Amino acid sequence: MMTSGPNLILVGVNHKTTPVEIREKLAFSQVKLEASLEQLVSSPEIAENIILSTCNRVEIYARVENTDLGIQLLQDFICDYHGISRGSLDQYFYSYCDNQAVEHLFRVSSSLDSMVLGEAQILGQVKDAYSTARAFSSTGMVLNQLFEKAFNVAKKVREETGISERGVSISSAAVELAKKIFEDLENHSVMLVGTGEMAELAAKHLISYGVKTVYVASRTYERAAALAQTLNGCALDFDSFKEEMHRADIIITSTAAPKFIIHKEMMEAAIHKRKNKPIFLIDIAVPRDIVPEVNDLENVYLYDIDDLQNVVNANMEERQKEAENAMEIIKQEVTKFNNWFSTLDAVPTIVEMRNRAEEMRALEVDKTLKNMDHLTPDDKDAIHQLTQSLVNKILHKPTINLKKKTQSQDGHIYLKAIRHLFHLDD
Amino acid sequence: MDKISFNIALFSYLLASLGYFVYLVYRRPLVSTLASGMVALGLIAQTVSIGIRSSQTGHGPYTTSYEVAMFLAWFMVVIYFLTEWKYKIKDLGAFVIPLVFFVMLVSVFLSKEAGLVPESEVRFWLTLHRTLSIIGYAAFSIAFAAGIMYLIQEHQVKTKKLGIMYFRMPSLEVLDDLNFKVITIGFPLFTLGFMTGSIWNTKMDQAFFEWDLTKTMPMVMVWLIYGLVFFGRLATGLRGKKAAQGAILGFFAVIGSYFLHI
Repeated sequence: MMTSGPNLILVGVNHKTTPVEIREKLAFSQVKLEASLEQLVSSPEIAENIILSTCNRVEIYARVENTDLGIQLLQDFICDYHGISRGSLDQYFYSYCDNQAVEHLFRVSSSLDSMVLGEAQILGQVKDAYSTARAFSSTGMVLNQLFEKAFNVAKKVREETGISERGVSISSAAVELAKKIFEDLENHSVMLVGTGEMAELAAKHLISYGVKTVYVASRTYERAAALAQTLNGCALDFDSFKEEMHRADIIITSTAAPKFIIHKEMMEAAIHKRKNKPIFLIDIAVPRDIVPEVNDLENVYLYDIDDLQNVVNANMEERQKEAENAMEIIKQEVTKFNNWFSTLDAVPTIVEMRNRAEEMRALEVDKTLKNMDHLTPDDKDAIHQLTQSLVNKILHKPTINLKKKTQSQDGHIYLKAIRHLFHLDD
Repeated sequence: MDKISFNIALFSYLLASLGYFVYLVYRRPLVSTLASGMVALGLIAQTVSIGIRSSQTGHGPYTTSYEVAMFLAWFMVVIYFLTEWKYKIKDLGAFVIPLVFFVMLVSVFLSKEAGLVPESEVRFWLTLHRTLSIIGYAAFSIAFAAGIMYLIQEHQVKTKKLGIMYFRMPSLEVLDDLNFKVITIGFPLFTLGFMTGSIWNTKMDQAFFEWDLTKTMPMVMVWLIYGLVFFGRLATGLRGKKAAQGAILGFFAVIGSYFLHI
């Protein structure tokens, strides 16, 4: 679509194409980013550029005069910068231009290209890369517009698809389950039996969602007390936790006990004391702490580590499905962006505007001269020249200003206005 | 005129049912808004229909099977709106409104003849009996819907197969709470309805209560089921799955009693 004028290109490597031992060599440190951006933008070929460097990807987005040349240049730059020979890296690089580059960025910012689909971190990283580049003035109208758009697309994808809806870690899946059993976690309590690291993590997650009351029981009371202190909870004697079990709405077990420590009868007694209020048991101990048949009791919901892992896997699959919906949104947005991009090129508009004026001039002059047979051919030529220079004079300033304005942030508005005022789209 | 507005209401509830169902499966917010709009339109049309009929017959909509069905559907929608407003459970519509449509559909095939209007004191007790019972039934219908949703959600969490409905349905606690609230409203009203019905009987020179296989037995069954669910919760903490099953069973008894009782 873009035959002349600026071209968008992208060169990079990511976790899909490139092993980590190569990626880590190609990363741009935040400290040296400024120099890199400046070095690139000082090249006459490159009008704008943004470097996105995370642990999973290194990508350079740029606006260049010549696509092929630009891609070579960026690849050379990455290799030279890190002192690695081109030949060994060629197989890892991918490069896209124009709408493919746009689509790629939209996919990246919407977290469709991430290792964990739908994770939230990447958007922040793209935003950082953009603001760094802006701060060092290595961006211009096109990349500014492109990246702002990418942020909007990411937001839209997040809101309109379920891509980041479902927990894809053990503790987030556990919190989701707790919320499907208890709705509001604020008035609910959690009991930790055993002080395993994962249990602590899950408890912290629950606390961040509002759980206020925390009990900790451990075979060594000191450890229970220490963890209770960090979680702002209360430590229990290991022997007494069985009597206190009914107080907790959520119990997370993670002891090193070789045998089951919570049996069906114990749970039955606890649920009876609770007047059948539901209880959510999370057994992340291996070997397990809770007899699996406990799950058969009414109002008792027992998940062990494998159950939670299965939930996580299912959620992953679901995100994969949502990614297809997200792709549809992205395709639409790429089209919109391209429409905007194609209006950027001032040259065709200027040519059309001048042609239109010339047509009118020629038509009007011919009409007038038809009735003026007394004029000599020289006179007629003079009139032609006069009117031509008149048109040129009138259109001179608008032409210059239009060229200038299209290099600015709101250039497309001027182009649109001109096309409208001169009826160029009819 | 009342026929036209009846048909508008019937059609609106059908569209709304489909809309809520589409929303339940495909999650299109616009469809849910449209469905709510259709229910509101249906309610207005139905109010008009009941109003016109009442002005023609000269009494409220509680004498014939047709009128009772209409009145029940009307109260179901009203209570649904109140619940929706309080609990914000959009998907409740997918379970309640089809029920409303079903009740309306049944009433299409019932006689539209006006009922006999008894003398004023008898009429007072009849009005009270039917109105209280109908509000009670309407509340039970919401408990029924909440019960079904509870069983769906409970099944997912229990069997650890977390499908699409796991994410769509509200939490077990909310559904159980809703079940309890509507039965707390419905059960006393239904009990009062039962009692005023007995008083109405005495005004008709019949016994206050007698065992009758079609007239009183179904009512006693309904009363027992909801009584068990209601007092069971207060006394022994009967809740969750059992309460949901009770609410569903109770509503089947209600449907059965409707055809036997009136």
